[in-house]
Amino acid sequence: MTLLSVEHLRIALPPGADRSHALYDLSLQVRSGECLCVVGESGSGKSMLAKALLRQLPRPLSVQSGRLLFRGEDLAARSEAAMRELRGRHISMVFQEPMSALNPLLRVGEQIDETLRAHGVKSASARRARVVELLGYVGLPDPERLRLAYPFELSGGQRQRVVIAMALACDPALLIADEPTSALDVTTQAQILEMLRRIQQDKGMALLFITHDFAVVEAIADRVLVLEKGQVVEQGSARQVLREPQAAYTRQLLAAVSAQPLAPRTTVDGAVVLKAERLGKVFSRRTGWWSKHTTRALDAVGLQVREGETLGIVGESGSGKSTLGRCLVRLLRADSGQIEWLGQDVAGLSEARLRPLRSEVQMIFQDPFASLNPRQTVGRIIMTGPLVQGRTRADAEQRARALLELVGLPATAFERYPHEFSGGQRQRIGIARALAVEPKVLIADECVSALDALIQVQILELLESLQRRLKLSIIFITHDLRVAARLCDRIAVMQNGRVVEQGDTATLFADARHPYTRTLLHCGGRLAGDSALSSAATSESFIAGTPAPTQGCV
Amino acid sequence: MRLLKRFVRQPSALLGAVFLLVLAALAIAAPWLTSSSPWEMNSQPMLAPFHDPAHWLGSDLLGRDLGIGLLYGARVSLAVGVLTSLATLLMGLLVGAIAGYFGGWVDGVLMRIAEFFQIIPQLVLAVILVAVLEPSLGTIVLAIALVAWPAVARLVRSEFLTLRQREFVQAARVLGQSPWGIISQQILPNALAPLLVVMTFVMATAILTESALAFLGLSDPEAMSWGYMINASRGLLRDAWWMSFLPGLAIALCVLAVNQVGEGLRVAFEPERSL
Repeated sequence: MTLLSVEHLRIALPPGADRSHALYDLSLQVRSGECLCVVGESGSGKSMLAKALLRQLPRPLSVQSGRLLFRGEDLAARSEAAMRELRGRHISMVFQEPMSALNPLLRVGEQIDETLRAHGVKSASARRARVVELLGYVGLPDPERLRLAYPFELSGGQRQRVVIAMALACDPALLIADEPTSALDVTTQAQILEMLRRIQQDKGMALLFITHDFAVVEAIADRVLVLEKGQVVEQGSARQVLREPQAAYTRQLLAAVSAQPLAPRTTVDGAVVLKAERLGKVFSRRTGWWSKHTTRALDAVGLQVREGETLGIVGESGSGKSTLGRCLVRLLRADSGQIEWLGQDVAGLSEARLRPLRSEVQMIFQDPFASLNPRQTVGRIIMTGPLVQGRTRADAEQRARALLELVGLPATAFERYPHEFSGGQRQRIGIARALAVEPKVLIADECVSALDALIQVQILELLESLQRRLKLSIIFITHDLRVAARLCDRIAVMQNGRVVEQGDTATLFADARHPYTRTLLHCGGRLAGDSALSSAATSESFIAGTPAPTQGCV
Repeated sequence: MRLLKRFVRQPSALLGAVFLLVLAALAIAAPWLTSSSPWEMNSQPMLAPFHDPAHWLGSDLLGRDLGIGLLYGARVSLAVGVLTSLATLLMGLLVGAIAGYFGGWVDGVLMRIAEFFQIIPQLVLAVILVAVLEPSLGTIVLAIALVAWPAVARLVRSEFLTLRQREFVQAARVLGQSPWGIISQQILPNALAPLLVVMTFVMATAILTESALAFLGLSDPEAMSWGYMINASRGLLRDAWWMSFLPGLAIALCVLAVNQVGEGLRVAFEPERSL
């Protein structure tokens, strides 16, 4: 039975936008008990679809033409009150960021209780029983106690479970999930997806799952719809779309997520350019007059990088990998241990003594939007480094222009401001800024995680080619094993502030010793997109990588 | 350029700006516009406005021309407003930037000092300072700036605290830029917008405080000011209301105009609402 049917939906964008329509002529059907994945890059209009379904389009957007039919009834005909009745009861929504979807001042039990009360469950004891039941149903331990917890007391995965429990409160017929796992670690992501799948089959609920990630599609979808710039480029069963994609765009996307085998490299045995020994960092905050709460972010971490080598540091959030990166570049001062840049110990140097040495080790940041000064032109941003290192203005400008070309940006970028560029282009600017001082070591902290898959591939390719040309050493910090496998010679796996395993990428994937590495590999492997399609994903298939179904990407 | 366009698009802000510009031009040109001093008793006392074409805004108790008084009063008010804003900006920026950028105990000490000034009622402190230091333009500016800087320092500090954490500032640190370079090139340009807006409010407060001091008889005895004019004629409010009303109106319009300009700046600086 067709539960939801969208017919020729068009949502116009205001004049001056990058295209005329947010969604153009979109048609889809979702049957009861089915999971339809809507896949697209950022800006493809996939979230607009969810908002249109709930009739919550942001002003001044509105449905220009087309019909939204839910159980055969046109949603446009419903009054606002009738829409409220529908939302939460028959159609529910799960958002990407669980922290902002929950009210930080209310206990989670009360928030679910509110939903139930709004939809007419009068008896308080019935509501309470239902809350406990729901929390248990989404796999939270000890629901009686957890009901009284505040959102900040829960982990990201637990919060998302609470949000899902809230969405399930009235047994909706359709659940819309907008990137519900994108903000979570891989292991948590796998658990949440598994739970959603179980619940969906259990309740015979329809699931409209919006995502950018084909790995997630693989795990959950019955049918897939691929959106590009508001237009449907492909629609079909999950098997068909993932295995025999028809549209070129789908093929590109799939190729981008499949792990390509690392290009064979001559073994690196250059000089050690960066070395850390027994690095320790403790964060503490006072919780009372005498009591202190301490977190051991780094615990005797040791590593080294040779010239021309890429070292991956992989771990989940809270594993200390970002702290490590910051300590290595001396944005943070380690509490103990040694850091050597080109053989010189810098761990204890004062900021002023360190400044002249700064050009040796540079950093590329995660957020392409926050990492560039909005009030400076791109040229000035890139020239900052050479200028503070004492180059003349003409020299710095010449260097900046050369770098723009090196990272693949047009020469006209020099006079423009960062806000005129896309995320990928901004990340190129960030790379150019770091390279402007001719560093030996580049520390990249999650530098592609904020980018779309296709752009990720371009940036990774850029880093790789730069590394070969400039003999750079790169420390690549990431939560994503897929990305690490593509770029890194060696990988160090971090958990709770320790390096639990370290070794050649190939060896690590083939023969992981530490149980935590295996867990990561398992989750990563299962979510590894089409390389995992052929069979149950083994760790070998992940690194060896069945060749992508088409030629390379972009 | 776009900023200017967005500012001009708001009628009230533009009106305020034009009013202030005209007032400033008149105030600067005052000695050339009129030959007589504001203290000169050159007409019949308590002349109502629009009765004598030679003194068309009327005259006060001693026969001094009200129009000329207002013109010279604008000089004092605007000078106090501008100078106080600059002095406050200097002090607030220095303290706020150091506290926000370096943090730690430096921040602690500076903020305790700021709090010390904040807990004393502002007008009372200004009155005491001016009374102790002898009233003159310099001491009035000093007194008002001394009570106004903590608010600016706190704003600058909070801007610096957030901006310091931003990745582009950290990138500058990694590039080896000195603290002074980071403050002036990376952080300050980004903190300018809210700062400029607050400065207009400081200016409005300064104009009001100066009038209040003058009203209390604590103005520079050499300079005619709006507050003084109200003070001098308040006893005759019922017989010659215009003598108090006109300078009062001048104060109100001036402060309103400054506030409108501030509001206009705030809106113009706001990130454009786009989808």
